[in-house]
Amino acid sequence: MLANTEALRAEYKNVWVVAEVLGGEVQKVTWELLGAARSLADARGCELWCVAMGDGVAKEALSIRGYGADVALVVDDRRLARFDDEAEAAALVRLIGKYKPEILVCAATTRGRALIPRVAVAANCGLTADCTGLAIDPTNGDLLQTRPAFGGNIMATIRSANHRPQMSTVRPRVMNALEFDPEREGRVIVESLLEGESGSLKTVIEVFHEEENAVNLSDARFIVAGGRGVKGPEGFKLLKKFADAVGGAVGASRAAVDSGWVPYSRQVGQTGQTVQATVYVACGISGQIQHLVGMQSCDYIVAIDKDPNTPMMRIADAAVVGDLYEIIPALLKELART
Amino acid sequence: MRIVVCVKQVPGSSEAKIDPETKRIVREGVKAVMNPFDAYALEEAVRIKERLGGEVIALTMGPPRADIALREAISVGADSGILLSDRAFGGSDTWATSYALSKAVRKIGGVDLVICGKQAIDGDTAQVGPGMAAHLGWAQATYVMAIPEVGEKEFLAKRMHEDGWDLCRIRFPAVLTVVKDINRPRVPTLKGRLAAQKVEIPTWTAQDVGAEADKIGLEGSPTRVVKAEPPAARNKATL
Repeated sequence: MLANTEALRAEYKNVWVVAEVLGGEVQKVTWELLGAARSLADARGCELWCVAMGDGVAKEALSIRGYGADVALVVDDRRLARFDDEAEAAALVRLIGKYKPEILVCAATTRGRALIPRVAVAANCGLTADCTGLAIDPTNGDLLQTRPAFGGNIMATIRSANHRPQMSTVRPRVMNALEFDPEREGRVIVESLLEGESGSLKTVIEVFHEEENAVNLSDARFIVAGGRGVKGPEGFKLLKKFADAVGGAVGASRAAVDSGWVPYSRQVGQTGQTVQATVYVACGISGQIQHLVGMQSCDYIVAIDKDPNTPMMRIADAAVVGDLYEIIPALLKELART
Repeated sequence: MRIVVCVKQVPGSSEAKIDPETKRIVREGVKAVMNPFDAYALEEAVRIKERLGGEVIALTMGPPRADIALREAISVGADSGILLSDRAFGGSDTWATSYALSKAVRKIGGVDLVICGKQAIDGDTAQVGPGMAAHLGWAQATYVMAIPEVGEKEFLAKRMHEDGWDLCRIRFPAVLTVVKDINRPRVPTLKGRLAAQKVEIPTWTAQDVGAEADKIGLEGSPTRVVKAEPPAARNKATL
């Protein structure tokens, strides 16, 4: 096996980012991935490609280039208007075989985490999920992938030395996008979806976007989260008001979700979502370890609780002792004034 | 309808210990439980069986004592359990694990549906479900929050996304991973628990399922853990 490795390494080059596409538009997380992948490509002295699959994505080539890609590889097809992971996987595996990238990175979203494991198995490649760090090993050029495991209690570094491409999914809001530069140069390569790659296994028949949650948790810079201390669904309306006032999203602890006050899609923590907001306001959340692992990498944590001795109050950057039903209305009043 | 539910035995706490020599997770001496997400997969499978008839088979890969997770599955309604256990599987990553499990599904034969939890709470990768679908060449649906309709040749599945949901019509056979929104799992009855203790659980080896030696275990795994350490500590509070 090792004898083949040198030949394999020589045969595969360039770094690929697989774009997150929604309704024909490339999503912000893709620009973050391009930012991180740009340094990988520069360290390897190779090109950065961005693969965009969807209906109407050809128009995104300029943005793709402006955010750092040398090549936009576009599969623009009406059959990809909705998320068909089998079709996208089939096309991607074929393109990997044709162009042979050495690294492939995709967002660790529900779509990326559905698509890429299917691709990795079919292309016989290693895949590391939910990476928070990517670097090139200066001694041999391998990709070093760092990811949290055991609910964030361990950081593991993973390598895939004998297989190409090396694949990772990367969490949203971990990497930084480059400044958009409309003057950047780049090429566009157009590929198509082949007959038989879509539609034989699954058809997406209906799509629903939550208008109310225009700011979703994984993208949110400001999160107002509530727990048992919020005491009921009425309290969450107050949190929603606060979140709306600051352009943020509402989150919740498992206790609040299990009580039926908020839907599961709002749950932060080990059995919910992991969030990376700039500000996280925890209202009446005691801070069980299962919740903390989902939000402790937020930049600034504010805790509001009547009890000053909860785990959340101890890890918070700012801990406010008091009744959230007094503090939040006061904050809202202050916000309305400014 | 023949449904296989993949379950995983995981440490009962998320306190992880790492062997400094091998960089592998120390599983000895930690209380083992069935991965919490798998309870939703089992419940959904049992509900489909109760509506349409058929059988539910719990499948796990792990050490010889991983039959504990299978017995837990049987106590809440699975008809039988199969333990995939062999030293040759040791060190398998998600590629090799999904390969081994897919070989077991092939050996079971006549399977219409494989249901998994959305991810296991120890590895958190969510890769084994779609990986199995790829090995089997079947349709897949991940983060499934509802299965509103099950027909003869196809069924409907509602997938959760960060920004909403979508509804898919999927041809059998397929692999699903489910989120906890999908149902409220039942609590095992005493009778169920007693029955689960008595059930004979067959152990299948790599050879039994026809898994090729270079596709399982460390050798069959494209990824290697090269380092594992606790994360950098957070700054403490200013009260």
